[in-house]
This record gives sequence, C-alpha cells and structure tokens, in this order.
Amino acid sequence: MIKDTGKSKQTGEVWVFIQRYEKELEEASLEVLGKARQLAEKLQVAVAGIIVGEHSEGLAQHIIEYGAHRVYVLNSVYLRGYTSSAYTKALCSLIEDKKPSIMLMAATPQGRDLAPRIASKLRVGLTADCTDLRIGSYTDPKTGKKHNNILLQIRPAWGGNVIATIVNPQTRPQMATIREGMMKLPARNRAARGEVVHIQSDIERADIITTILQQQHVARTVNLKQAPIIVAGGAGLGTKENFQLVRELARLFGAEVGATRAAVDAGFSGHEHQIGQTGITVRPKLYIACGISGAVQHLAGMEESGRIVAINTDPEAPIFSIAHYGIVGDVREVIPKLIRNYRILSH
Amino acid sequence: MKYSIIVLAKQVPDTTAVTARAMKKDGTLNRTALPAVFNPEDLNALEMALQIKERFGASICTITMGPPSAAEILRQALYRGVDRVVLVTDRRFAASDTLATSAVLSRAIQQIGTFDLVLCGRQAIDGNTAQVGPQVAEKLDINQLTYVEKIEQLHSEKISVWRDVERGKELAAAKLPVLLTVTDRANLPRPPSAKKIMHYKKARAKSELTDGGTGAHRAAKGLLVEEWDADSLGIDPAVCGLSGSPTRVKKIESVIRKGKTFKKIAPTDEGINELLQELIQEYSFD
Ligand SMILES: Cc1cc2nc3c(=O)[nH]c(=O)nc-3n(C[C@H](O)[C@H](O)[C@H](O)COP(=O)(O)OP(=O)(O)OC[C@H]3O[C@@H](n4cnc5c(N)ncnc54)[C@H](O)[C@@H]3O)c2cc1C
Ligand SMILES: Cc1cc2nc3c(=O)[nH]c(=O)nc-3n(C[C@H](O)[C@H](O)[C@H](O)COP(=O)(O)OP(=O)(O)OC[C@H]3O[C@@H](n4cnc5c(N)ncnc54)[C@H](O)[C@@H]3O)c2cc1C
Repeated sequence: MIKDTGKSKQTGEVWVFIQRYEKELEEASLEVLGKARQLAEKLQVAVAGIIVGEHSEGLAQHIIEYGAHRVYVLNSVYLRGYTSSAYTKALCSLIEDKKPSIMLMAATPQGRDLAPRIASKLRVGLTADCTDLRIGSYTDPKTGKKHNNILLQIRPAWGGNVIATIVNPQTRPQMATIREGMMKLPARNRAARGEVVHIQSDIERADIITTILQQQHVARTVNLKQAPIIVAGGAGLGTKENFQLVRELARLFGAEVGATRAAVDAGFSGHEHQIGQTGITVRPKLYIACGISGAVQHLAGMEESGRIVAINTDPEAPIFSIAHYGIVGDVREVIPKLIRNYRILSH
Repeated sequence: MKYSIIVLAKQVPDTTAVTARAMKKDGTLNRTALPAVFNPEDLNALEMALQIKERFGASICTITMGPPSAAEILRQALYRGVDRVVLVTDRRFAASDTLATSAVLSRAIQQIGTFDLVLCGRQAIDGNTAQVGPQVAEKLDINQLTYVEKIEQLHSEKISVWRDVERGKELAAAKLPVLLTVTDRANLPRPPSAKKIMHYKKARAKSELTDGGTGAHRAAKGLLVEEWDADSLGIDPAVCGLSGSPTRVKKIESVIRKGKTFKKIAPTDEGINELLQELIQEYSFD
C-alpha cells in the first residue's frame, strides 16, 4: 500500500489516464484533464497525462494543449492494444515510481475495467463514476484527525437517489473515475508547451492474457453528447410508426433523437440513441421527454439538462418531478400540436 | 461435471422500484420503503451459468456476502438450479467498501478451491460502482472480461465473449480461469422452478435460525446453507469491514427530485403556444 508519508520523493502530481483509440484521444479523458487542471492549481502541483502505446508523440503534444504540464508516455509493443492485466501492471509500476497524489480516469467501459484493478493491486481507495471533484478537508469522526487538501469525490449512488461525497484520507494516490459528459471540455491552447517523459515499460508477453479477436464498431452517427436540444421518446409512443413523431419534432427543432431503453428494446429506435445509466449521459439546453415514465436509470442520463419538458398521460409519472414544464396529455396529440404551433411561431 | 462456476450475487434494495410512493413529501427517497431483491444483473450472471450447465455440464456455487437475511437470495439461487450456496457473513465485514468486499469474496473463492469461471453482475444497483468484479479478479490474479453480453465459444481452456464497449461490440478471448461481469443484455433470467421452491424453501443459514439450534436436522436434509465468517475464511479482520476500507463517506444527501420551477402546461393549442413562446424567450432554441 502506498501511504502518504509526506516524504518529498513523491511528485504529488494530479494524473489523468488518457484513453486512446488508435491515433485518436478519447474525448472523455480530455474532459477529465480540464478538471484535473483546476484541482492541481488548488494544490499547486503539476498535472500529468499518462498515455500508453506506440506513436504517442503527436498525441502527447495534444494532451499538453488540453491542459497537462507533463505527459508520461508508456512504451512497449505489448501495450499496443488495451488489455486489463498488462495495463494494470504497467500503470502500477509507474504510480509506484512517481507517486502521484491523485489518479483520475474517465468512467468509460475501459476506465471502469482498469481503475478497479489498479486500486485492488495497490490497495488504495477508488471512487466510481464521479460527477464532480473538489479539494477540501475531512475530519475522521473516530480519531478526530483532520485531513486537509484532499480530494472530495462526489458521486450519485442508489440509482441516482443519493449523492455521496467520498474521500480516501489515508491511501495514495486518491483514485476516481469520472462520468462522461460531466466536466467541460477545456479550451485547446495550441501554444501550450510541456514536458514529455518517455518510459519503456517492462511488460512481457506473458502479461497479456486476453486477445481481442474482432471489433465491431457502431459508427457514431448520433451526436447526442454535443446536442443542445434532444427530443427523446419512450415506450409511451406505443408503436414504431408513432415514434416517427419524435423524429419529426427533432428535425423541426434541429435536435437529436434520444430514447429510453424500453423504446430501444421495443425496436422503436437504435441502441446508439439510448440515454441513461446504461446508455449515454447528456446535458442539453432543452430535453423534451415524450411518453417517458422517468425511471431512475433514465434520469441518471438526463437530469442535468437545462430545461426539461415532459409529456405523459399519467400525472403521477416520476418524470414530472424533475421536469420544468409538464404536459399531461397523449403524445399522439401533443407532438402534432407542438409541430403545428412551432411552425406558426417561426414564420 | 465439466466446468466449475462461481456466481457472486448481492442482495440489494430495489432502487428501480422508486415510484411516487417511495418518495417522501420533500421529494427524497424513503429508503426503507424499498424491498430487498437479488441484484438484477447478478440474475443475468446466474442465468449465464445455468445455460452453461445445461449445455456443457457444470457445477455452480453461488456466494453472497451480507447480513444473515441475504441468505434469501441464496434460496432464490437454489430455486433456479445451483448446486451449492455459501453465505459469507460476519459483523466485522460491515461497512466494507469495494476493496474490502473484494478481499473477502476473493478469499471465499479460494476457499472453494478450483474453478473455471467466476461470474458477476456488471454492477450492483445500490452502490453502482461496478468495481467489485475487477477487484476480485486482481486479487485472484486471473483475467477478467467485463461488460459481457454473450459467450461466443467455450472450450476446456479458453473462452470468447462479446463485450459491449465504447465503440460498439468487441469479441475478446481469454484463457480460463477467468472472471466475467455480465450485463443485463445477456439474457432473460428464468423464473424459479416450483418444484425446487418446494424442496428448498426451508433451507436456512445457521445465523438465520432464531431458535439458537445447530441446524442439525436441516443439515441432514441438505437444507442447511453453508456459512463462513472471518475465522473460517482465515482472513485478517484488518483487511475487512471499515478497517479494510480506504474510502470514507464524508457526506450523503438524498436527491430532491423536484424541478425548481415546475409549470403545468395544458395540452391545448393555447397551452402549447404559450410553452413554445416561453422556451423561445429562454433562448432554448438558439
Ligand atoms: C440495470 C438497469 C439499467 C437500465 N438502464 C437504462 C438506461 O440506460 N436508459 C433507460 O431509459 N432505461 C434504463 N433502464 C430501464 C428503466 O428502468 C425503465 O424500464 C425504462 O427507462 C422505462 O422506459 P420508458 O419510460 O420508455 O417506459 P415505461 O416505464 O413503460 O413508461 C412509459 C410511459 O409512457 C406513458 N404513456 C403511455 N402512453 C402514452 C401516451 N399515449 N402519451 C403519453 N404518454 C404515454 C406512461 O404513462 C408511462 O409513464 C435500466 C434498467 C436497469 C434495471
Ligand atoms: C452511497 C454509497 C456510495 C459508495 N461509493 C463507493 C465508492 O465510490 N467506492 C467504493 O469502493 N465503495 C463505495 N461504496 C461501498 C460499496 O457500495 C460497497 O462496498 C458494496 O459492498 C459493493 O459495491 P457495489 O454495491 O458498488 O457493487 P458492484 O461493484 O457494483 O458489484 C458488482 C458485482 O460484484 C458482485 N458483488 C458485489 N458485492 C457483492 C457481495 N456483497 N456479495 C457477493 N457479490 C457481490 C456482484 O456480482 C455484483 O453484481 C459506496 C456505498 C454507498 C452506500
């Protein structure tokens, strides 16, 4: 276990593991970098991005332009593709060597596969799927000991029904994964310069115990995360044909189409449109929920929206409790009215 | 018996059953109003194990760590066809974070002995961390395949699965033994069998018995649920419970699910016109 002994050998840096996809950087990791920079400024330490794999030189500069003071490039032919065991081993050696104070990752499937393995190996605390991070203090209620300048990790749990603030007072690094779409993508500063540190990793072939046989990628035809307006439909649309109303309204508003899992399962819409805990998290300016009950798993993906309009026949539907505007009515009548009136108003 | 499979299952408050009735007047959740259930994705993991058993032959052991009342989900597992169940319970395990939970569960798995597959749910619906599976795999020093939707092939030494990841689906292979975390898209869990309910409904763990008996008569009928504590696991209490948990909850707040400025709109042309005008004034369409 790496304990915070206060020895000066530690870099004390704030680290962000930067996920890459071949020669592209995962945007969710860059979002985390923006937050890391704020935390590091508070702590007066450097921010470092960690990138793994070959041909990382161009990517390293990119990471610096998004806010890192330093980039550690972990090289090895055995780190070419992501595997849990090899990446865990490589990152743990780096952490043990440089001793950062904080280690963050995006809570993507890869981040949630990797971070717990690292935390388990190092025996440090890990907070999952955070929606916010701050620097603050924590007083242990048992010993009365006060820990200053530690990471406050804010996360929803219980299916989004509670918000917990979690701390790792004793172990270092303080680890957390960050939910996608919760931090603002920092502005890119092309003039930024920083240090690139190349490290040859001692990973061996034997450390790779999984092979990726095939990858099928669903092309990103939908851009829900960036959409300022989303019109989403649920099981309340009733049929695939009726779901067309949602698309029509979206087209008129210049919006993207979202769906609940029930709507996806019923075949009304593709999986890439699913919003919620097991889909995409969105934060548009305007979210129009049509025939959606408002299950916690759906709310988890959209409740941060600027304005929420809900249309539902059931006045007791939980979606109304988070909506700003509620229309108790049948989507088959209300959506055509929205279309008609919007056309009139915009002429 | 071809494969030896361990299924890790957790009893959880049913956070999906948060209806208007489970809400307090102030819009926060009334946690005690929620029933305790088998974690949904653990049922998918269990179903995957049962399907392997039917196709290839397997012995399945379900382990849960929790209070004595968590033995209820072990009965639920027996009703669906598992061969062995173990309740891991000890007051010293209370308040475990995911690291301490994985320390206890991995020790329990080692106590079972050899295994080919450990199946977990992707995530529990209360803690929502999805950390326990990978943390157990690391402690057992075995491979892991997370976000599994489907088993493509299973051989005596190797498994290949479809994973649901960032950019779509991925077919990945690993050598056994391996730990899988299973998503709710994997299958439709079967209901309990009426015949097995009749057989196992009186199965109890020792700490569930209120009469203070040894459960000898149950044991004779195969209805005594195996129960392990820190001592029988031979685990250092310092790595379990609060003392083995590096995370601390500083604060916990119930979410108030109320729009700050709720406004009811009539489903009429007038009402909708008014709504659209307001949205335009709020620059929602710009
Ligand atoms: C582990 C887990 C993960 C999940 N992840 C997600 C996720 O990522 N995203 C997600 O969305 N769900 C998810 N779910 C499912 C979630 O619990 C709900 O089942 C789902 O969100 C319900 O979708 P819905 O609102 O479309 O359907 P329903 O709950 O069936 O609601 C339909 C609504 O439409 C209303 N309605 C009916 N007819 C009309 C009409 N003519 N006009 C207007 N309104 C009408 C009804 O009153 C009702 O409120 C998950 C569940 C689990 C267990
Ligand atoms: C509000 C709140 C926030 C929390 N946040 C964190 C946090 O950020 N970090 C942290 O380390 N802990 C956290 N905890 C503690 C954590 O919930 C517990 O350690 C819990 O026992 C396991 O985590 P989980 O419910 O997230 O399970 P997950 O990791 O989501 O469970 C994944 C799978 O592991 C298996 N599994 C999990 N628990 C058991 C069990 N007891 N018995 C058998 N199988 C099991 C199941 O197959 C399950 O599907 C939090 C607790 C609360 C109440």
